[in-house]
Amino acid sequence: MNKQEFTITVYTENHIGLLVRIATMFSRRKINIESLNTSPSEAEGIHRFTIVINEFEEVVRKLARQIEKQVEVLKAYYNTNDEIVWQELALYKVSTDEIAEKAKVERLLREHGARAVVIRKDYTIFETSGHREETDKLVEVLAPYGLIEFVRSARVAIIKASHGFHEKLREFEEAMPGEEQVENEFLNKQEGIFTM
Amino acid sequence: METLEAKKETTATKQTQTINGSQAVLEAFVAEGVDTIFGYPGGAIMPIYDALYDYHDKLKHILVRHEQGGIHAGQGYARASGRVGVVFGTSGPGATNLVTGLADAMIDSTPLVCITGQVYAHLLGTDAFQEIDVINITTPVTKWNYQITDATEIPAVLAKAFYIAKTGRPGPVLIDITKNAQLQNFEYEGYTPCTHIRSYRPKPIVRKEFIAEAAALINQAEKPFVIFGQGVILGKAEKEFKAFIEKAGLPAAWTVMGLSALDSDHPLNVGMLGMHGNYGPNVLTNECDVLIAIGMRFDDRVTGRLDKYAKQAKVIHFDIDPSEIDKNVKTAVGVWGDCKETLPLLTKLIEEKQHTAWVNKFHEYMAEEVKEVIHEELNPTDDILTMGEVIRNLNELTGGNSIIVTDVGQHQMVACRYAKFNKSKSNITSGGLGTMGFGLPASIGAKFGAPDRQVIAIIGDGGFQMTLQELGTIMQNDVDVKILILNNQFLGMVRQWQQLFNDKRYSFVDIASPDYVTLAKAYGIEGQRINQREVLRDALSTMLHHKGSYLLEVMVGKENNVFPMVPQGCSVSEIRLK
Repeated sequence: MNKQEFTITVYTENHIGLLVRIATMFSRRKINIESLNTSPSEAEGIHRFTIVINEFEEVVRKLARQIEKQVEVLKAYYNTNDEIVWQELALYKVSTDEIAEKAKVERLLREHGARAVVIRKDYTIFETSGHREETDKLVEVLAPYGLIEFVRSARVAIIKASHGFHEKLREFEEAMPGEEQVENEFLNKQEGIFTM
Repeated sequence: METLEAKKETTATKQTQTINGSQAVLEAFVAEGVDTIFGYPGGAIMPIYDALYDYHDKLKHILVRHEQGGIHAGQGYARASGRVGVVFGTSGPGATNLVTGLADAMIDSTPLVCITGQVYAHLLGTDAFQEIDVINITTPVTKWNYQITDATEIPAVLAKAFYIAKTGRPGPVLIDITKNAQLQNFEYEGYTPCTHIRSYRPKPIVRKEFIAEAAALINQAEKPFVIFGQGVILGKAEKEFKAFIEKAGLPAAWTVMGLSALDSDHPLNVGMLGMHGNYGPNVLTNECDVLIAIGMRFDDRVTGRLDKYAKQAKVIHFDIDPSEIDKNVKTAVGVWGDCKETLPLLTKLIEEKQHTAWVNKFHEYMAEEVKEVIHEELNPTDDILTMGEVIRNLNELTGGNSIIVTDVGQHQMVACRYAKFNKSKSNITSGGLGTMGFGLPASIGAKFGAPDRQVIAIIGDGGFQMTLQELGTIMQNDVDVKILILNNQFLGMVRQWQQLFNDKRYSFVDIASPDYVTLAKAYGIEGQRINQREVLRDALSTMLHHKGSYLLEVMVGKENNVFPMVPQGCSVSEIRLK
């Protein structure tokens, strides 16, 4: 078993300090967070963290459980890349003169599905989204033409097999959990832990 | 929970009244049934202390000498009483001094609610006097923490704090309250205890199919072995546990944290696990066919080398914390739940059995251990006193009825190995964190948590010097604790390792002591020092019968070692008897 990329999806309350609490789970094991995104989720009032790390599955499983144990965390899932659909957004600032003069650049941009967000006399900002390799590729391509600034967002990911969090949230809100609430579901399938 | 309901009726006045944040804190304590607070005042927590002035008939406040002493006292209180320990500290250094105790309580699952004062909300982030980011500092060492900047939040947040601290796998909670919130008046609607937080499931639904699987494994087992930890005590499941092992005649060994959950002289109690545990339980861990772990977490001091730990056995793990299952040892069956609930279900499904030959194997190993180690330790033939014989004499005098609080090191291992217990919640020690300096303040807390019981603090000369300022707390509050210093004039455990693994290169383990008896006298505490066997028994008896606190210093062998020992990095079956 090798280290591989895992995407951890955490549903939480939206509380100050929770970011640190979750981040320390990684830093205490000296694991670098490749990318971290927080956003609202499909369920009102529930926050969603998307965290990408490179690790052994065994470690990721333990991490997910320790994260889920935190009082303000509702659920933590982890998935390999083929279990999710994901995107990252990237912005590129280039000199407008370069773009205007060199038709080659324009063609390259089109090939990479970039679109202009701002066009000014002095610079133009392009935007593209995709997987890391795709956004990286455009950096490489633009570099010879004087890429002034580049920035990329964290990964956002949708779990292919997920039915969303609405149903789960209803179960969590009940003071007395119902029979349909499978709490220790990870014990069912030692392998397919934290699948929905 | 039954007490909560009763309290609810008496405190929840439906009409509102105007009170300030500080009063709301104390109202919450009264409603939660808190009777004792350990604390130390300071600038940022002054409004709470001002309010406390009017609550002296409902809430006892024990002024400690250092916040670390305060939190260890809170831990001792919680461990002896089974209730939540409550601690006050001010902002800045007051808060940072709590960190060791929080970490200790976190790793040993001790329920605490700590309140720290904080600078005014408008000063947050300005490096104000005694301002420190206590929430971020304490995040990894608390089960939950929260900063309050508005008094109206106080009742609900404190209700949450107590609920989180004591339910599920218990742990420390820290609430940081800015000074403006402590002073702010608001319309108080009464206190409602918390019973549900949607993101927090302290009590899982018990999955009966896993219990059935576990029972099937136990019923088929020829050499089943039960290992248990503090989960049995925290779950208040001592009776249920006993019924379980007795029905199937299962030999049971304990972790340091599980000690006293099962009577020492119970025929199925086969002793202590781990690095300085008993011979049989360690060796036979690698011979049993089914290993049943109840409320313990497979600490490395228990398992030794993991890849050679119980590989031949099917492991069943009962725990309330799902993240513990499969964390260190891969289980065949994991049962997530409160052992108070799960154990009776399991007991119902297991067959009545005796495993006489198997249990006898433990006795055979014990006989060998007695011959090689224990007999000489408890009845030494040379002149020098051993820690073991002190504990043996103590057992004979107390009959195993006392609460034994220990510090950390050789004396701790000797006390855990040889002290006898016939009542649960009687062994109070720093297990997971190994905090030297824990013993003395924890014994103070234990006495307040269990005032009717005799509390004996057994402490080494190193650990005692870490928190001896708490003698002042004992003096001022007439706390009846018996302090037994086992002085080997060394930081003994480190010295032992240096002897065994570093070619006797004794690097900074030679520690000098003050005259403890004179020191105690300065605090108005009587005591004596002894170094001879002939007077040991009488000296212990004098200590136990003395009215009030007493300090007895026993000079023991300088270079005695604790054996057996599983050297670090070795398998439990490689345990050394010498």
